[in-house]
Amino acid sequence: MNKQVIAAIGVSAIVALSLPAIVSHYALSIAIATLYLAFVGQAWNVMMGFAGQLSLGHALYVGLGAYVSGALFTHLGIAPWLGLWAGVAVAVSCGALIGWLAFRFRVTGVYFAVLTIASAEFTRIGFDHLEWTGGPAGLFLKVAQRDSIDILNLRGPPAMYYYALLLLALATLGLCTWLLKSRVGYYWLAIREDEPAAEALGIPTLRFKMLAVVVSAALTAVAGVFMAFYKNSLFPEQVFDMGRSIEIVLAPIIGGLGTLLGPIVGAIVLTLLGEGTSAALQLAGLELPGMKQVIYGVLLLVTVSFLPNGIWPPISRMLVGPKVRA
Amino acid sequence: MPAADLVVSVVVAGLLTGLVYGLMALGLSVIFGVMRVVNFAHGELMTLAMYATVFACSAFSLDPFVVLVPVALGFFGLGYVLQATVINRFITKPEHVQFLLLLALATILVNAQLMAFGPDARGVQTDYQLDAIELGPLLIDTVRLYAAAAAIVASGLVIAFFRFTLVGKAIRGCADNHLGAKVIGLPVERLYALTFGLGASCVAVAGTLLVLIVEVTPGAGPAYTLLGFVIVIVGGLGSIAGALVGGVLIGMSEGVAGLFVSPSAKSMVSFALLILVLLLRPAGLLGKTA
Repeated sequence: MNKQVIAAIGVSAIVALSLPAIVSHYALSIAIATLYLAFVGQAWNVMMGFAGQLSLGHALYVGLGAYVSGALFTHLGIAPWLGLWAGVAVAVSCGALIGWLAFRFRVTGVYFAVLTIASAEFTRIGFDHLEWTGGPAGLFLKVAQRDSIDILNLRGPPAMYYYALLLLALATLGLCTWLLKSRVGYYWLAIREDEPAAEALGIPTLRFKMLAVVVSAALTAVAGVFMAFYKNSLFPEQVFDMGRSIEIVLAPIIGGLGTLLGPIVGAIVLTLLGEGTSAALQLAGLELPGMKQVIYGVLLLVTVSFLPNGIWPPISRMLVGPKVRA
Repeated sequence: MPAADLVVSVVVAGLLTGLVYGLMALGLSVIFGVMRVVNFAHGELMTLAMYATVFACSAFSLDPFVVLVPVALGFFGLGYVLQATVINRFITKPEHVQFLLLLALATILVNAQLMAFGPDARGVQTDYQLDAIELGPLLIDTVRLYAAAAAIVASGLVIAFFRFTLVGKAIRGCADNHLGAKVIGLPVERLYALTFGLGASCVAVAGTLLVLIVEVTPGAGPAYTLLGFVIVIVGGLGSIAGALVGGVLIGMSEGVAGLFVSPSAKSMVSFALLILVLLLRPAGLLGKTA
């Protein structure tokens, strides 16, 4: 690691820690959204980037984490730190069921992706008909005073969620770094690159694919819990929407699939692109509905045309030389 | 418990609508079967065709069944150009990169339609729209019958093209063996462009027919894409007959579920069917089991 890298890390740490104190309310909400995308992107990356299993239904796990913890808090007054475990347990069970069925019946590639979409859509419609969570009318969490911090019940100002998500994103980065360097990580990469070969080498591929799904679902559900308590309102149409699942996969692919910093870089770049487009359109006075998304789509098209492997790999080569792949 | 003749009417209506769905899914299936590219912008192309029909019909006061031909030709050109200029460069790229490309195209299409046509639902007006044929106790909507007939004709043309023409056989050759096709000197990239054009005209014809039955909104695209996936996977991805069978099956199950459970739960039945088929017969009902 050279001096430039250390300096870059230092500067980003200072910026990240002092952000809530210096920026406006709006900018802070954007920063929270970015951290959320970086965090769930990291979680999704475990499954697709490391183990090569394409999930396009990760909104399912976000939604289950959010709904279970939110409903337990609203109806039974169970604190989010306990509800979190319930949410994670439900999401992990669902993920394990989908994963086991898929891997057991050899549903792979495109078929697996469509299975994940179908599971998420199925659950969305199911929650539309579930009275306990308010059905399509939504579930609303009790909003307490936003000025006082009540960590126990996760009630507090946006800055609290910002720091919580920052901590989670960093912890997940650490976890993924450790996983990737461990035996598990090498098994995953082997499965991703060539599954029959991995199996021939004696890697229990079913077990390790399941592990990837479980880890990914659990982390994603945690993100869902924090989003539920940050947003305070949950609607099946929004939480489980296919668009949410797609949002989750964009950052890690744009940043660099299978890389550790890719999801974070991708989330920041995508946010900057989106917000930059909004600001530019506002300045130009061209705020037609849909305009922003059209430009966003064009930028996505350009990025994927010129950097199919993502933004982070070429930057990392520039910074630390070609040897390090993280 | 609804009356028996009502159930039969709903099943017949579902069957007829399902044939139109099947034609849409056929486009998706052809594109995947030949190029192994999953067209995530399929439903968005469909809504575009629906809008094109709405505007052509009102601007020139034409019947949708007349507009069908120019819309199909226009979409053939659009699909051809899209494949030749953009998608061909991604054929050998990994799945997730192709996914991102088509997702970007879908995002552009949805929102360009929102900008151009606004968020309101649009439909076409015909003087036979409310007609129905009485067949004993059954009531069959005339538009559905015509639309289904047109969908059958269009699908028949596609099947005949692949079975009897030299170009169709060449495309099948590309699908079976990409490298072999190149070795014997087939213009693979041009055939791919033709295929995407053909897939786009399938979805365009389906859109023209569907707009007779339901109104179109810009946001309906992703739901149609999903519907297309469900149908082709139930029927068998890459199988032409499978797309039609899947379409009919999904169309009928939607109708019956709407009647017995609740209209809002009808797609839940389709997804349940999809999950079941994926687990029991991953290659689809009519797909080749590898």
